[in-house]
Amino acid sequence: MLPFFVVIPLACAFLISLLGKRIKNLSDILANLGTLALLILSLYSIGLVNNHKILVYKVGGWIPPIGISMVLDGLSSFMLVIVGVVSFLVTVYSINYMERFTDKWKFYTLFMLMLAGMNGVIVSGDLFNLFVFLEIASIASYALVAFGTEAEELEASFKYAIMGSVASSFILLGIAFLYSYTSTLNMADISLVLSIKEPGLMVSFIAVLFLVGFGLKAALVPFHAWLPDAHPSAPAPISAMLSGVFIKILGVYALCRVFFNILGVSDKIFFVLTILGVISMILGAFLAIAQSDIKRMFAYSSISQIGFIIFALGIGSPLALLGGLFHLFNHAIFKSLLFLNSGAVEYSTGVRDLKRLGGLNSRLPITGFTGLLGAMSISGIPPLGGFWSKLIIIIAAVQAGYFMFASIAILISIVTLAYYLKFLGFTFFGKLDDAWLKIKEVPWAMRFSMIILAIICVITGLLLIPILRPFLQSAVEVLLSGREYSSIVFGAIR
Amino acid sequence: MIEFVLCLILFCIGLYCVVRKRNIIKIIIGLGIIEYAVNLFFILIGYRAQGRAPILAKDQTVINMVDPLPQALVLTAIVIGLAVTALLVAIAIRIHDKYGTFDITKIRRLRG
Repeated sequence: MLPFFVVIPLACAFLISLLGKRIKNLSDILANLGTLALLILSLYSIGLVNNHKILVYKVGGWIPPIGISMVLDGLSSFMLVIVGVVSFLVTVYSINYMERFTDKWKFYTLFMLMLAGMNGVIVSGDLFNLFVFLEIASIASYALVAFGTEAEELEASFKYAIMGSVASSFILLGIAFLYSYTSTLNMADISLVLSIKEPGLMVSFIAVLFLVGFGLKAALVPFHAWLPDAHPSAPAPISAMLSGVFIKILGVYALCRVFFNILGVSDKIFFVLTILGVISMILGAFLAIAQSDIKRMFAYSSISQIGFIIFALGIGSPLALLGGLFHLFNHAIFKSLLFLNSGAVEYSTGVRDLKRLGGLNSRLPITGFTGLLGAMSISGIPPLGGFWSKLIIIIAAVQAGYFMFASIAILISIVTLAYYLKFLGFTFFGKLDDAWLKIKEVPWAMRFSMIILAIICVITGLLLIPILRPFLQSAVEVLLSGREYSSIVFGAIR
Repeated sequence: MIEFVLCLILFCIGLYCVVRKRNIIKIIIGLGIIEYAVNLFFILIGYRAQGRAPILAKDQTVINMVDPLPQALVLTAIVIGLAVTALLVAIAIRIHDKYGTFDITKIRRLRG
């Protein structure tokens, strides 16, 4: 059943591009059915991983070190669930939202291609295949950013495409070096060969190439310049996808897989990840305060939150990894919720500038309330999901002896609260401008997505209770197993 | 060994072109140079002096053969590069329609 994660979105993209123009509404139905199927499959995969620990699919029946393999383990299934949930709700949202654009079917085609690429990156067990899927997802996203074809969107897309392509070239160069060093491309096999060889300068050099490549995709701070342009310029559902899952799959997930399971982590890599994480955290938060464009503020906030996740990964203790992955899940949910909120505001008023909005809570009650929940969750107000993940990360940082970084993390949480209060205050509270007296609440499909995401936002804290905990724990165990990954994969083949 | 060094120099030339040039078209060309440098590097990894194609025929054994896998990978990478270049050129044309220039210092509506 593993190939279906790639086959379903690819087939949908093909059918939509073929028939979407002729038959009206077909693209809506097909895209929603496709993402619904992916959501169900990904939820089903949790059970499979619980029973079998790991599943390996051999493409074309060739045995893996020679043939291509697809691997489903705890981390993959965790990521697939995130992609499934967010992409399904985003397609439901797009039914109404994308009416503002012409050629909706083109949007859905590109969207499904991007989804195929992302799912492919997650399930791929072969390093070059990972690169190919990564490029499929990236190229689709370059086109989606430029979807509105206004001047700003084209400019942002060009910048994004150039930086993304340079990142891809770095990753390909890294793969070339790794192939010349180990003579294999299968991830488990590379890990096996590297564990036999002596650790040398070559591995560090490859690690740097991958760090630059995936760091650019994840928008860590020295490489973040494209994100604040690209994410606000895209249509709101795509911003939600890009900020919610795209940078996490192509950046954080790929980084984790390569560093933890293939190259093996050392103290040096942990140190670099911690420093990069803290810098992203600080810079993202402080740049976000100064913004007056809603989506631009959220984009900078994404950089800051990705910093939290990378910082947690850099601490490297089991508790920190749990916190990091939990924060990744939470961030996917509330950041997509917030981008959908900004889309709803833009849908009804046509404005994204904070200074011109105000008092919309009386006109858009559902958007206002879900936006409040999302903003409170991301800034870490107690019963909501974001609080627990940040708490775990900070406790883990204190346990590991990073007292200064832990206090910086607390400070940044407060700054986060400050700029989200600014967003709420300027958008939903205060005096209603006369211009917005006549606007109405957004259509039902958009409301549905926002309400579901807000509910998930409230209840994510439950993932920590013992019954639901295996879902997170199995993902953490994959990262903790490190180089054992190869023996686990080869054990599953035999 | 000298080929590998030259290849990395080519990569750096491409990188310099992307970072320093102001004309959009030149940036795209720079990206092309980067891609070709990486592809060339991949091919060089699989190259063996005096090697030949690894085709199994009846009454002959191939002793010194070129590694065919990188060549297959590079074919894929070239196709991906083509897609990226085509998209970038299309965007560049639209940018020229909107702004009337290829100079990136004049295409700066996004800030902050």
